[in-house]
Amino acid sequence: MTTALDVEVAVRRGEFELDVTMQMGPGEVIAVLGRNGSGKSTLLTSIAGLIRPDHGRIVLDGRVLTDTAAGVRLPPHRRRIGLLAQKPLLFPHLSVLDNVAFAPRAAGMRKAQARELAMRRLAEVDATQFAQRRPRRLSGGQAQRIALARALASDPELLLLDEPLSAVDVEFAPALRSLLRSVLAHQLAVIITHQVIDALVLADRVVVLEDGRVVEQGLTRDVLTRPRSEFAARLAGLNLISGTATEQGLRSAAGAELTGVAEHTVLGEEAVAVFSPAMVAVHTDPPKGGARNVLPDLIEALEPQGSLMRVRGSSGIAADVTPVAAVEMGLHNGGRAWFVVKAAEVAVYPRTAASSFEGYPAPDPSAR
Amino acid sequence: MTTQIRPPRAVHTGLPGGLWAPALLALGLIVLPVIGLLVRAPWDRFGELVTSESALTALELSLRTATISTLLCVLLGGPLAVVLARGSVPGLRLLRSVVLLPLVLPPVVGGLALLYLLGISGFAGYALDVVFGVRVPFTTAAVILAQTFVAMPFLVVSLEGALRTGGDRYESIAATLGAAPWLVFRRITIPLVLPGLGSGMVLSFARCLGEFGATIAFAGSLEGVTRTLPLEVYLQREVDADGAIALSLVLVVVAIVVIALARPRSLEGVG
Repeated sequence: MTTALDVEVAVRRGEFELDVTMQMGPGEVIAVLGRNGSGKSTLLTSIAGLIRPDHGRIVLDGRVLTDTAAGVRLPPHRRRIGLLAQKPLLFPHLSVLDNVAFAPRAAGMRKAQARELAMRRLAEVDATQFAQRRPRRLSGGQAQRIALARALASDPELLLLDEPLSAVDVEFAPALRSLLRSVLAHQLAVIITHQVIDALVLADRVVVLEDGRVVEQGLTRDVLTRPRSEFAARLAGLNLISGTATEQGLRSAAGAELTGVAEHTVLGEEAVAVFSPAMVAVHTDPPKGGARNVLPDLIEALEPQGSLMRVRGSSGIAADVTPVAAVEMGLHNGGRAWFVVKAAEVAVYPRTAASSFEGYPAPDPSAR
Repeated sequence: MTTQIRPPRAVHTGLPGGLWAPALLALGLIVLPVIGLLVRAPWDRFGELVTSESALTALELSLRTATISTLLCVLLGGPLAVVLARGSVPGLRLLRSVVLLPLVLPPVVGGLALLYLLGISGFAGYALDVVFGVRVPFTTAAVILAQTFVAMPFLVVSLEGALRTGGDRYESIAATLGAAPWLVFRRITIPLVLPGLGSGMVLSFARCLGEFGATIAFAGSLEGVTRTLPLEVYLQREVDADGAIALSLVLVVVAIVVIALARPRSLEGVG
């Protein structure tokens, strides 16, 4: 299969180091996940050409955009890469219409024609009624819609979205998300997000960054059901304990023995044990017998989780119990607790994926 | 009747009482001298004094040179401000301090420096004289150069401040929309810094209009050629104090008009 985008960048900024390799198939949408400071934005701005990677090669549809070895560095305005940032950043001195007409004008189109095209783009995001307004007279959600129309008006080969929904009011996010979904159905795109729903709804694949490196990548549903990194597990709402594979399951980094259902693990290799908080029971006395895993811990936090109560141990383990049970057991912060999970509920698999993610699937928007 | 919830007025965090006396003194030091001028002004002869031929000539010369100098500040200092704010060349911090030189240098020293650069004994002045037969000192061009020299930092500093406060986010977005650097500069950078440019121009114009030291050192005081209004005021003072006061008031009025029309926002701590 042909590669639409081939990225290989290394950026060094003081202590921080980004070193990422990733490929995308035609029409694919990749979600980049990771904590703040994991290098997501640096990756995006390197692809856009707004910062210069120390080493790297970026090829988009056969066009070499960056090649530090060959001294190639195409300026941002010649990359055909659109950028939608957290903030809409509509040009405050231009009307909404002229904001959207900016890219076609920059491409040399006549004013009347560019405005006509801008009007069509505004119609696509359902915002023609704002055409004559000044950006400061728009709500955050409206402005981001128009920023999307503006980015699309440049007809980008690749669209980069840097947490496009994070600055939008909660009540407007769903509408904007479904708009993004329909737009991204036919668009090669990389989206940075903190929200698992964005990855699920918008992306074919996810890439998880940690400290500037890819720690995990794969189909969205695979990563969310079979996370291999703590970050992905937390996004998916699952417990993840890392350690080394043993006969019965896994020995955690802290030395606890876990029994579980091993999947393709190799003894002594790095592995993770993953299980849902819903399957974890909490006891205030040491439980006895059974093919169960018992993890003693101190309760660090009690927080509401839907109609349940999430009990979090100091090791990071989470269990969901009913509020009534929590009260009856007298659970409290700092109290001793034994977290218990049946062996059958614990999946143990290698920390690094087999080479099953080398190829990319044909994009199938309906599967998102 | 509805009660409106109003935001509370400025919260009193307890202004130390001891600040009032020096603050009032400072204000007095600024305002009282002008009142002194107003009180002492020869109102009966005012019209006649400010419309005397030498006064009108000086006023016309001042306005003309200050306008040209301000434009020069924009044409040369504008690009310098952009380079200082956006450029990524080494030694930029040093350059920023160098730009402030005319601001901290006594103007008369600046004038002398210009004289020894562009005067007949200066290396550039000598070259100009030999190659083009041009002599700069003691001409209207020298007045303009002296004013541009002293006023340049005002424009560069306020414009650079506006550029840096605004940041380059809009410019980055414009670039990803396919706009080449020159187009970004014209359609994004300039429109967004117009307020900063405006206040920089007002400050520069005011500084040009008041220029005295550098002008007298570099351009002398030739009526109609280099004798601007401040020089005329100084000269009149020796001959006819009333005339000097009347002309001073003209400068005060011009200054007030400048502040009122285009209040330099950077001076209000807003821009």
